[in-house]
Amino acid sequence: MPKLYTFLKYFFVVLWACFVIAPFLWAISTSFKDFNSVTGGATYIPWLQFEPTLDGWSVLFKPGSQGGINIIGPYFNSIFVTLTASLISIVLGTLAAYALSRYTFKAGIVKNNDITFFFISQRIMPPVVLSIPFFIFLSSLGLLDSLAGLILVYIVLLMPIAVWIMVDFFNRVPREIDETALIDGCNPFQAFFKVVLPNSVPGMLVAGLFCIIFGWIDFFFAFILTFTKVQLLPVKIVALNSSITPWWSLSAAALVSVAPLIIVAFIVERYLSKGNLSGALK
Amino acid sequence: MSLMLNHISFKPSEEYHLNDISLRFDSGKMYTILGRTLSGKTTLLKTIAGLQTPDSGSINFEDTDFLSIPVWKRNVAMVYQQFINYPHLNVRDNVAFPLKQRKMDENLIEKEVQEAMEKVGLIGFESRKIQELSGGQQQRVALARSLAKKAKILLLDEPLVNLDYKLREGLREEFKKLFNVSDESNSILIYASTDPLEAMQLNGDIIVIDEGKILQTGTAKDVFENPATAKVAEITNDPAMNINKCLIQDNSLIMNDSVQIQIPDELKSVPNGKYLVGIRATDIYLDDQGFAFDVEISEISGSETFLHLRNKNLKCVATIEEVKTYNTNEVVKINFDKSKIYLFEESGDLRHSPYQQ
Repeated sequence: MPKLYTFLKYFFVVLWACFVIAPFLWAISTSFKDFNSVTGGATYIPWLQFEPTLDGWSVLFKPGSQGGINIIGPYFNSIFVTLTASLISIVLGTLAAYALSRYTFKAGIVKNNDITFFFISQRIMPPVVLSIPFFIFLSSLGLLDSLAGLILVYIVLLMPIAVWIMVDFFNRVPREIDETALIDGCNPFQAFFKVVLPNSVPGMLVAGLFCIIFGWIDFFFAFILTFTKVQLLPVKIVALNSSITPWWSLSAAALVSVAPLIIVAFIVERYLSKGNLSGALK
Repeated sequence: MSLMLNHISFKPSEEYHLNDISLRFDSGKMYTILGRTLSGKTTLLKTIAGLQTPDSGSINFEDTDFLSIPVWKRNVAMVYQQFINYPHLNVRDNVAFPLKQRKMDENLIEKEVQEAMEKVGLIGFESRKIQELSGGQQQRVALARSLAKKAKILLLDEPLVNLDYKLREGLREEFKKLFNVSDESNSILIYASTDPLEAMQLNGDIIVIDEGKILQTGTAKDVFENPATAKVAEITNDPAMNINKCLIQDNSLIMNDSVQIQIPDELKSVPNGKYLVGIRATDIYLDDQGFAFDVEISEISGSETFLHLRNKNLKCVATIEEVKTYNTNEVVKINFDKSKIYLFEESGDLRHSPYQQ
């Protein structure tokens, strides 16, 4: 019986792995095709079934004058904006979440939960609702079409995620740990930085992962709030689309776009699965 | 040196968590706060530690106003009923944490940590991670940390309650030894517990608390033999002392129309009237000539059996010194040890104790 179970378990794991990996393989194979090999029926194996070419990839790196889109600038812009906004969001979000989890705020009928909900409610609105206010806001600051402007907007979008995840995390960390730190001679700041923060790494990693994902995949605001000087990757990729859809270049672009997320997911997963931190707190 | 609580009250909502508490704790002595869950024990300890500020009252320690000193400067130690340690530090660093916080000399820290680890039997576990320890060991770490501090006030909030039975017994024995050692350091030990047996075994001064109010203070023997009120008698016995309404009339004690006993000689001076009668579960025994009661629940606890009995409106719990299974609604005949009967006024105040001279 256990043998059958083990067999079934691996069977489904392998099945699922194929399901996940297959599209990637397909995209990789497609990225090395040209117009003729894409339209000439289903083929998968390079050299055997079609002649591979680097055309799809080279378009991504050629300057506009040579008919390319040159994603290198936008790529680093995207990395910079996403990482900076995520980092600031996690720092601010963690501090806010700790306060919301540990201290009682009360102003009339507004209490802790209402403040937490206020943060989360920022994400309820469809982005289009925010587009005009953000546009006016950035233009009055002179930050349209700039990295700083994008970072500012992304912080507004990402911090609620960080607050949400971290409030939940802190609520599960026993208050008695903070209290013990106070009793052991820490003032409230020391208690937070010396005891609470070192034990919050798993929560912050998860929050960071979500911030990076949501920052990285945003197209809408990157599209609305930038013109020519600053462009982010998702917006730049759209420039690929012309009268014929270049599936080969889109596949290549898809692979470059998803690569950083895969790397981040692996790093975070490695940390979480260590288990020494995640299992430490009841 | 003593810690004085003067008229401490804390009422965060409708109910008092602490209600006008005045206590005096002398250094070098051990105190057990005995009360049920939510009786205010933890709140009282947290107030002494400084984690909670009372609404009114004052606390003085060594002639200083304790309430004006923040927690982190009070030099108290506290062990919680949950096993609270710093998960990101290993065992040694956990114990050393408060000393490092005090910016103590490294060599001195090493010495104190070793000493504390030795006391609680954690030698060899120095570099272990907290998560790798069992519950009992985790609680030892917490205890070592509080001992290493050599705090003037050591607060223990039901430190053994989350441990399994055997560990609890073992650690309690060690506690008693530790406390005796600590006595020399002149610190005040305050131990909160819900378990009357534990309180008796620890043999310190007992403070009985209920609904945020101090009901009685005294030695273990005092509180056990002469509970000030029926409530105290319930709290300080496990199973709780059976308290029932009764009527004393012409030398007989009437609990209901079928359970009536002749009162012993020492109670003959008690005037007729309504009272509360208190009988410990251990003072009820099986007797073929006794009163018929229905078994409601029977539970086996170690070498004894607790019988929850009922005779019409009269309920009581009896401890039978044997392991036997009784069926629900089975009829048993029991009797009461008349020489161990307590009598309380209807208000709850003690009227007669078998230990009174």
